[in-house]
Amino acid sequence: MAESHVTRHARGPVTYLIRVFAIGYLLLLVAWPVALVVTHTFDDGLHSLRAVFSDPDTVHALQLSVIAAIVATAINTVFGVGMSLLLVRSEFWGKRLLSALLDLPLSVSPIVVGLALVLVYGGRDGWFGPTLDGWGIHVIFSTPGIILATAFVSLPLVIREVVPTLREIGIEQEQAALSLGASTWQTFWRITLPSIRWAVVYGVVLTLARSLGEFGAVKVVSGNVLGQTRTATLAVEEKYLNFEADVAYAIAFLLASVSVVAIAIVSFLRSRKAH
Amino acid sequence: MTRTSGIGLGVAVLWFSLLVLIPLSAVVVTTTEGGWANFWRTITNEQTAHAIRLTVLAAVVVTVVNVFSGTAIAWVLVRDRFPGKALLELIIDIPFALPTIVAGLVLLSLYGNDSPLGLHLSNSSWSVYLAFAFVTLPFVVRMVQPVLEELDLDVEEAAASLGASRFTTFRRILLPSLAPAIAAGAALSFARAVGEYGSLVLLSGNLPFKSEVASVRILSAIENDNPAGAASVATLLLLVSLLVIVVLDVVQRKVAQRG
Repeated sequence: MAESHVTRHARGPVTYLIRVFAIGYLLLLVAWPVALVVTHTFDDGLHSLRAVFSDPDTVHALQLSVIAAIVATAINTVFGVGMSLLLVRSEFWGKRLLSALLDLPLSVSPIVVGLALVLVYGGRDGWFGPTLDGWGIHVIFSTPGIILATAFVSLPLVIREVVPTLREIGIEQEQAALSLGASTWQTFWRITLPSIRWAVVYGVVLTLARSLGEFGAVKVVSGNVLGQTRTATLAVEEKYLNFEADVAYAIAFLLASVSVVAIAIVSFLRSRKAH
Repeated sequence: MTRTSGIGLGVAVLWFSLLVLIPLSAVVVTTTEGGWANFWRTITNEQTAHAIRLTVLAAVVVTVVNVFSGTAIAWVLVRDRFPGKALLELIIDIPFALPTIVAGLVLLSLYGNDSPLGLHLSNSSWSVYLAFAFVTLPFVVRMVQPVLEELDLDVEEAAASLGASRFTTFRRILLPSLAPAIAAGAALSFARAVGEYGSLVLLSGNLPFKSEVASVRILSAIENDNPAGAASVATLLLLVSLLVIVVLDVVQRKVAQRG
């Protein structure tokens, strides 16, 4: 025992070398640059943050991003929980294929996502676009397109959190509830949902963070019209290229704070549950 | 399968088709409508071919870097102990969480023209490698870390006590168990890099024959009202994504069989 205790804590020069490498790599690639954006934002006090909130177009861009993110997250949460239940609790033809395809949005380029949506929902010569336009529904260059693009890129995040948890909790409790006469809905609300609630919360937080920050796909489908279809991420690009770097840094700081807080919450909850 | 779940499945698959499957098929169909000659002409266009080569080369290099650095970082997170380690955990997830356009701005602050380090990487092909390395950083780490956590230290100690060197223990004991996770992380990081756009916008300057990547070529084709051209390059990227999905599926199945 004593010997194994020694081995567990033995630290050769290699250990320190790897530690220094890991810290150095993360410092140069992530920590230092992120810290610089924070200091740039506050270079002249709160001035640039005030500039963000006093410009109605930028405020509108922030609002649009928040609305699109919330709607897309709501859709993906309902879809994700339902799909996870189907994937874990029922058997159907093509399940393996569907399960593999559900991961596709994570590995498709955002620009390809935008192009794909334009080809189908474009008002002029998309597959469904002209028909929808005839019904008065404009998707591309409008808010529904932004929501679709956002929902596309963040689609699998809830499923990836919920599926493993559903597998882990098993079906004994659900079967017990059903055999005692509970309806499918009652079983879902009283048994299944409470046991997967943390997985759903993680999924929702990750989806929100991802949705708020979508750039490429939204750029293609939105048309980037000032005060109408410009989102916060598009405003960062615009402001930076228009030599308003301080405003760009301030919007970037706001977006970055939301996403960093989101992942901090998730990792905090995770580590607390692990202990 | 009950009737409720049958209806649920129908609705879910319909929504998934409208949102993802039909639009992605439209990309492939638009390419085939343009014909093979058009596809070939588009992707062998000098500027496009250069962009594709740069994208693939940078993605391969960054993936190899990630295989080594990601495994090393995961090892530090699981096996090493020092004050401030919790902070590293948080830092690793930042590239996932940050909006890509913000990632570009972030990198610009250290490697742009006002670089406090005196490194001016923006508007050069190096900026592409840098951006890819940033956005793909967490993939290998987050795949390897949980596997490493579950590995029993006893086996390594047994090997060590039987006289195996640290390197031999790593190669013969650790590496075989970690290989599937490393492969999965590498596949994800390659796919992500190949399609990257947002982090490059401000950083690389999108200079033709220098720092322009494949997704930028797609965007310019869309803006020039050339959907067939855009779809051709997009189909190429989609093939890469599909390939990655297949690799992942195979790897996961292998792991499931072994476990």
